[in-house]
Amino acid sequence: MKRPANPGAEKGRLVAYLNARLLDPATGLDTMGALLTTGDQIADLGPSLFSGGVPSGVEVVDCGGHCLAPGLIDMHAFVGEPGAEHKESFASASAAAAAGGITTLICLPNTDPAIDEPAIVEYVERRARENSLVRVQPMAAVTKGLNGTEMSEMGLLVEAGAVAFTDGDRAVASARVMRRALSYSTLFGKLVIQHAEDPSLARDGAMNEGDVSTRLGLAGIPVAAEAMVVERDVRLVELTGARYHVAQVSAADTLEVIRAAKKRGLSVTCGTAPVYFSLNENAVNDYRTFTKVSPPLRTEDDRLAIVEAVKDGTIDVIVSAHMPQDVEAKRRPFAEAAFGAAGLETMLAVALTLHHSHGMRLNDVLARMTAAPAKLLGLSSRGVLRAGAKADLVVFDPEKPWRVDVDAMRGKSKNTPYEGLPLTGKVLMTVVDGLKVFDAKAG
Amino acid sequence: MSDSADTGFPHRHLLGIEGMLPPAISFLLDLADTYVEQNRAVDKKKSSLRGRTQVNLFFEPSTRTSTSFELAGKRLGADVLNMAVARSSVSKGETLIDTAMTLNAMHPDVLVVRHQDSGAVHLLSQKVGCAVINAGDGSHEHPTQALLDALTIRRRRGRLDGQVVAICGDILHSRVARSNIHLLNTMGACVRVIGPPTLMPRNIEELGVEVHHDMRKGLAGVDIVMMLRLQMERMQGAYVPSLREYFHFYGLDQEKLSLAKPDALIMHPGPMNRGVEIDSTVADDINRSVIREQVEMGVAVRMACLDALTRHLPNVGAPL
Repeated sequence: MKRPANPGAEKGRLVAYLNARLLDPATGLDTMGALLTTGDQIADLGPSLFSGGVPSGVEVVDCGGHCLAPGLIDMHAFVGEPGAEHKESFASASAAAAAGGITTLICLPNTDPAIDEPAIVEYVERRARENSLVRVQPMAAVTKGLNGTEMSEMGLLVEAGAVAFTDGDRAVASARVMRRALSYSTLFGKLVIQHAEDPSLARDGAMNEGDVSTRLGLAGIPVAAEAMVVERDVRLVELTGARYHVAQVSAADTLEVIRAAKKRGLSVTCGTAPVYFSLNENAVNDYRTFTKVSPPLRTEDDRLAIVEAVKDGTIDVIVSAHMPQDVEAKRRPFAEAAFGAAGLETMLAVALTLHHSHGMRLNDVLARMTAAPAKLLGLSSRGVLRAGAKADLVVFDPEKPWRVDVDAMRGKSKNTPYEGLPLTGKVLMTVVDGLKVFDAKAG
Repeated sequence: MSDSADTGFPHRHLLGIEGMLPPAISFLLDLADTYVEQNRAVDKKKSSLRGRTQVNLFFEPSTRTSTSFELAGKRLGADVLNMAVARSSVSKGETLIDTAMTLNAMHPDVLVVRHQDSGAVHLLSQKVGCAVINAGDGSHEHPTQALLDALTIRRRRGRLDGQVVAICGDILHSRVARSNIHLLNTMGACVRVIGPPTLMPRNIEELGVEVHHDMRKGLAGVDIVMMLRLQMERMQGAYVPSLREYFHFYGLDQEKLSLAKPDALIMHPGPMNRGVEIDSTVADDINRSVIREQVEMGVAVRMACLDALTRHLPNVGAPL
C-alpha cells in the first residue's frame, strides 16, 4: 500500500465520501453529509453535497454512517531512523500510524546520529518520502548531539524543514542553555518543546515516587522533578517571549503551573499521552516493564487531573508518545528496562475514553489531535476539513469494541501497556493526500 | 566652567561618550580634522605635548588601538611608554589599584587604559592624578572608537544628524556599540541595532535605538552599515549555534547590503573575521568600504583627545 512515487499522476482523481458523519474540530462541524476530494485536496463538503447523486467519473467511498474527520497529527513519535531501525523504521511506524488514523507524524530527533544538522533533516525527509505511508515531519534538536550545552543551528534546521525543537527524551537541564535556546528560537517562531524532568532529581528513578514505589522497592521519580522544570521554564519564557511547550504532562502539580502561566498570557502550551489519562502507577504493580514510561505513570488523583485538564483545554494536545522498544530492552528487571510504550495504533481509541467515560464531545477530543497540533506547529492546511485543505482523512467508528492484539500490531515493536485490553472505537480507513493508506476491511 | 571657556573641552578624563554634550564632541571632531591634514603632510610632528609622559596601560591584548595611541602621542611630541600588563604585574598578583598607584608615582600626564572589566578605567581614574583616556573597558565604552567612526562619517557625509546608522552583530558584548549609540544619538543620528536576541543586551531600546533581529529589515534604507566583530574569545557558551549559521543570517554580503541605500558606507572597527560577520567582497569594496579610512581617522582622533585633555593639566606635577 505504498504511496505512488508521483502523486501528480493522481491529480485529477475525484473521490466522494458519502454517508459520513462529518466532524471538523476546527469549526465544530458535526453533521451527516459527504465530502469530495480532488487529487490531494479536499474540494467540497457539507450536509447537502451529492444529495442529488454522484456524477459519473467520481469514485465513491461509503462511510456507512461512521465518522469522517481530519487525519490525526501526532506531535510526538519516535521513529528509529537513523540508528535504531531494529526498533522502528519509517515503513513500520507509518503502517502503525495509518492503522491508528494518524496522517501526519512529527518525529523526535533523538536518533543516532541525532537530528541536529540540516543534512540529517534532509536525510529523514528523503527516507520518509520514499518509505512512509503517512506524512512525516521531523523535529530537530535544541542542542547539538542532544548534549544540553550548545545550541543547534536552529535557523538552518528550520530552512531544511524542522517544524519544532526538542531534545526528545532528554530535558534541557541548564537554565542558561534553555534561556539562550528560547531566546534564539524567537527568530524563527518555532516551538521549543521540553521533556520536563529534572535529570539530577530523576536519576535512577524507574517509576513515580510514592507508596507504590516504596512497596515495590523501586527508586522513584517525584512529581517535583516535572513541576520544577516547568516552573523554571515559565520564568524563562517570561524573559524571552519564546513559544514553549511541555511535551507530556503527567502530574496535577505541573498543570497548576501551566494554568497560571496561561492565565498570565504567556505562550506556554502542553501535551499529554493516553497512558497518563488512562492508567496510573498501580499498573506497575507486577513489575510489568511495558508500563515503564517517561514521565512515569502517576497516582489516580493525577490521572483524574489530567482528564480534567484535557477537558478544560489546559492540555492542548494529545500525542501518541510512541516509543518502540525491542524485546530485549524490555525483558529485564524493571529498574533496568528501557522507558517507553508503543502508542500509534491505540492513540485514538484510548483518547475516545474521554468521550465515552468523561463526557467530552467527539470534536473536542479530536481537536487535541488535529486542529490544536496543526496550530501549534503552523501546519495551516492540515488538521481541518475545509475546501482547499489537504485530503488527509480518517474514517472511524467511535463505538466499535476491539481487543488489543499484539500480533496484529503493525509496528515493529509491540511494547504496549494495553496488551489484551478491550478498547472502544476503531479506525476503518485512513487517507493521506487523497490516497487510501489503511483500510480495516483489507486488514 | 572656566576650563571649557579656555579649552573648549570641559572634561578632565575621557572615560566614555555617555554624558558628553554635542559641543564637546564637535570640539574633538573639529580638532581631529586639523590633525588629519597634519598627518597627511610630510612633517607630521608637533610639539604641543613636548615634555609630557603618556603611558599606554593595556590589560587586554591590542595591537591596533595601542599602536594608534602610541603614534598619536609621538606625533604630538610626548614621551610614550607602552605597558602590556597582562604579561607583567597582574600575573604576579598585583591589583589594578596597586598598578595604578605605582604608575602614578612616576608622574605620567596621560594614562591610556584598556581593561577587560567594565568600570575598571573609572576606578583607576579615581586613583591617579593625571588625565585618563578609556581605550576600552569590558563591554562598557570605547570612546575614541566612536569618535573616529563619527569623524569618518562626518568627513564623508558632511554631517552626523539625520544619518541612519545600523550597528550589526554582537551588541551584547560590544563597547564599540555602546559608545557609538551614545555618540550618534547625541549628535542627532538615528541608530538601529541588528543581531540575534542572544547577542542583544536587555532593554537596549532604552538607549534610544531601534532593535532589529531580521538583518534584511534592519538594513533597509540605512546610510551607514557598521559591522561588529563576533568576539569569539568572549563566547563562554554558544550565543550563536555556529559560524555558518551566523554568517547566513547576520553576515554582511552583497545580497543583504543591497537593501541599504545604494551609497551606504560600510564600517568595521577591526580586526575583521572575513566570512564570519563580513564577506570579503564587501569588506574590500573600494566604493563603499571605509574600513581603512577608519584606521587613519583613529590616529587623528586620538591626537585630538590627547591634545584636549593635556590643555587642562597644570604645568606642575600633581601631589602624590
